[in-house]
Amino acid sequence: MTLEHFMNDAISPWMREEGPDSDIVLSSRIRLARNIANIPYPILAAEEKLADVQRFFQKEYANKSFDQYQAFEFIPIHDLSSIEKRVLVEKHLISPHLTKHTKESAALISENEQVSIMVNEEDHLRIQLYLPGLQLRQTLDKAFEVDDWLEEKVDYAFDEIRGYLTTCPTNVGTGMRASVMMHLPALVMTRQINRMMPAINQLGLVVRGIYGEGSEALGNIFQISNQITLGKSEVDIVEDLESVVNQLIEHERNARNMIKEESSTALEDRIYRSYGVLAYSRIIESKEASNCISNVRLGIDLGIIKNTSRNILNELLVLIQPGFLQHYAKKTLTPKERDVLRASLIRERLQLEK
Amino acid sequence: MECEECHERPATLHFTQVINGKKTEIRVCEVCAKEKGYINYPEEGYSLHNLLTGLFNFDTSKMENHTFQQVKELQCTQCGMTFSKFKQVGKFGCAHCYETFSEKLDPIFRRVHAGNTKHSGKIPKRAGDDLQMKRRLQNFKEELQHLIEKEAFEEAAEVRDKIKALEKRLNHLEEGDNA
Repeated sequence: MTLEHFMNDAISPWMREEGPDSDIVLSSRIRLARNIANIPYPILAAEEKLADVQRFFQKEYANKSFDQYQAFEFIPIHDLSSIEKRVLVEKHLISPHLTKHTKESAALISENEQVSIMVNEEDHLRIQLYLPGLQLRQTLDKAFEVDDWLEEKVDYAFDEIRGYLTTCPTNVGTGMRASVMMHLPALVMTRQINRMMPAINQLGLVVRGIYGEGSEALGNIFQISNQITLGKSEVDIVEDLESVVNQLIEHERNARNMIKEESSTALEDRIYRSYGVLAYSRIIESKEASNCISNVRLGIDLGIIKNTSRNILNELLVLIQPGFLQHYAKKTLTPKERDVLRASLIRERLQLEK
Repeated sequence: MECEECHERPATLHFTQVINGKKTEIRVCEVCAKEKGYINYPEEGYSLHNLLTGLFNFDTSKMENHTFQQVKELQCTQCGMTFSKFKQVGKFGCAHCYETFSEKLDPIFRRVHAGNTKHSGKIPKRAGDDLQMKRRLQNFKEELQHLIEKEAFEEAAEVRDKIKALEKRLNHLEEGDNA
């Protein structure tokens, strides 16, 4: 099993390349929900049926390559330890749902971790594809290619009027969820984000913090995605989303410049303090760590902190998660033990940059 | 007003209890209401899922009232999902459910998808050849209507010819399928 390489790096290979607007947009993602015609959906299907589905995808797609996606690894979720499951979830390679609901779920993940195809999730298939930075159209085109590739051997549940027939009525039609992960520290500092969220929601888009519970956005990272999947084409949905994201980028840049001009010493102080905490602390909780990482990343983007790569944000945010820490320690850790290991891993990672 | 149970928190809930015809009124806070069992909350609180099933119930209640007498509970012949179960879990059991519950779905989709009930987007490649043609045909027909309204008859004639050609091809395809 070559699961190891998915586990050992906190950062996925595709993240190492820099995409457009990568000072603010970390990644673009397209997720397509698909079902196989004539087989009940995973919530109701008999286990043998789902086992058939799993076997089919193992037989047809394990170790296959398509386009630039090499050697799809077939991973039956049942075979994973609970820590391994957590790591894959923390890296966003699989969804929490996939690890919980059936014994017959699996994931096909490309070597570069750009494509992951979840089998027997809420729908029979969930195809997801990532690109770095803001490039939703390209992500969509690539996701369609993967979709067509799968469709060569699979009869999809599709209806002329309703579109792709999904388990949940919120996904019917295109079955597509397009999302963009954004780092918006200046909009949070200036409290503009709270005013913008309702407006964005009115456009049929959803803003939510990731890495955090409820409305809290740890590390000032937000995910913007479409809510509506029926009645609008994928291209229209993606274009609408992109136009909102572009506005958010502009506002975030303006807010950054404003803070830099109006309170540059305070900003520098905040960034360097955060750097100090990350570089020297011996015990750190994930909330404090996330905030400091966000500040340091802002410092890098504004040219205040030099010789440190931007990727450090994506990487550290995964590295400090409970699953990853425990995978690294190769054992279960108490929250206190995790805080100690977290601090030490962050220190090590910052040392590497020097 | 303070809570009649704990006398600490403000009373936010107001219950009327009728036992053996005797009416008592109780004013309590949410915490005590939960503890004393006046209200039942599911442990994980109110999720998007609850919200959704709420929408379904609300939206179909009117329809159900007047169809209730004639129609027995709708049940999918493929997976056994009933309409009331569907409303409860907010998920379809299989693709066939969409057909089974077809007439009740428009109001639900309209609510969830900002008024939309029809797909306009990607069509499966392999299965979709004639679907794609039908979609194009539909577009041409709309264009034709538009052109006629604008009295652009020359262009309209061109579009009409395209429609004829497409219809011919579609007929061929369908005959081919039957053969």
